[in-house]
Formats: sequence, structure tokens, C-alpha cells
Amino acid sequence: MAEGMKIRATMQGDVADVKALMSHIMETGLRKDSKTGQLIPAHFINQVTATLNGKTVLDAQWGAAVAKNPFLGFRVKGAKVGDKIVISAVDNHGEKITGEATVA
Amino acid sequence: MNQLRRTFLKGTSAAGTIAVAIAAGLLKPGQVLAAEWNKVAFGATTTADAMKDIGVGGAAESKDILIKAPDIAENGAVVPVEVTSKIPGTTAIMIFVDKNQNPLIANFELSNGTEPYISTRIKMANTSFVRVAVKAGGKAYTASKEVKVTIGGCGG
Repeated sequence: MAEGMKIRATMQGDVADVKALMSHIMETGLRKDSKTGQLIPAHFINQVTATLNGKTVLDAQWGAAVAKNPFLGFRVKGAKVGDKIVISAVDNHGEKITGEATVA
Repeated sequence: MNQLRRTFLKGTSAAGTIAVAIAAGLLKPGQVLAAEWNKVAFGATTTADAMKDIGVGGAAESKDILIKAPDIAENGAVVPVEVTSKIPGTTAIMIFVDKNQNPLIANFELSNGTEPYISTRIKMANTSFVRVAVKAGGKAYTASKEVKVTIGGCGG
């Protein structure tokens, strides 16, 4: 399910506005398969880390109730045009998706 | 894996102890709690338990936490939520939904210039209060906003 991530980072004053869209099913483990009646096993991103030029700026733990294809927006003060943002996400199966963007 | 931390987490399964350790300055929040997925807090079935387990039990109500979310969400599977904390020294933002099976949605630890602002989209099973807790200067604060859901987004 680890298909990828899109990130956009733009300067607004002295703050970098970062928007990330991750491609993930975010299955809660509470839904039943309509054909078999069995619970669909949970499969969701539970760790997200963002760095700016290698320094951690955000370290998040997620549960299964973050919406499918998660959106994450945050703002980093003191960033500059050309700085590199890297976001990596790991799901409960240990699959990793990573995206990067240059602050524009 | 840091052996010391493992031992520590094992020895203090009661999250209250961790909260006390943080309050006493023995632990820096964000070092122990952020690195490890908090199974107990994410598995809690009430907001009060989840808040206790993640170290923000007894948080004080604050008007300086702004929650931007729709009054009525037509689709509980995708509810946009924007949180801004005006409390100086905010280091973490947590989002809970009271009526979800597991209320804790996410915990965001902020560092190195990240502003106390988070925008995301969450799932809500029912009409519920969306509660936000923040950690600032070793203290915990909270605020909430009701969101009416017409079609639930969990289970089914």
C-alpha cells in the first residue's frame, strides 16, 4: 500500500507552510468485509516524522482514525527558500513511505 | 533500541508514573513518549483514559487553543481539523474524538521552530466533541468543539 507522498512547501513571510498528502488506505480494523463478514485487519500509518535540512521538526504518532490518504499541514518558522523538507511515514506493517520537497 | 528506555517503559506501565516523571523533570516529553507508539493510549476507549495515558490527564481548559472544524460534517470519514495553540511554549498537540471507539487520533510533537499549528483530516464515527490537548511548558491544556456527523466514518 506504500504508494507515495506528495509534499508542497512554500514560504509565507518567515514561515514555511508545508502540506503533505500521503497515499495510504488507513484501514481501522473495525470494518467488516461485506462478503465474508470477517473484520478487515487494521493497516494504518502510525509514525510520521518530518525534518528540515535533517533536523526533526515534527514527530507524530497516529492512530487508525486519521482519514484515508492522510493530509498533514504544519508550519516551520525560520525556514528559507531552498531548504529541504523530508517526511517519512511508517505503518503498522512496517512499510515506509517517504517524500521530499524543497521550500519554494 | 535503547535498553535503558525499554527497561524504563516496562517498569512504568502505569502512564501516570510517566506523567509524574515528566512533571518532575526526569523525562523530557518528546524523547520517550514520541519515539514509541503509545499502544495503551491509542487503545484507550475513553478520552479521559487516553489523555491520562498520553500524559495530559487533568489538562486545564483553555481559550487559547483554537479548533477549526466544520459544525456539521456530511462525511465522517473525512473531517478536516485545524488546530492552533496560542499558548507560549507549546510542544505537542493531540487530537481526540470522544465518541470514537478509540478516542486518541494523533499526537504531534513539535520541535526546532515548528509553529503550534496542525492541519489534518480525521475520521469520526458519530456526532461528537473533538477535543484537543496541548503540552506547553510542562503543563497540559485542553479545548473542545462539537462536530455533528451525518454519515459515520468508522466501522460499519
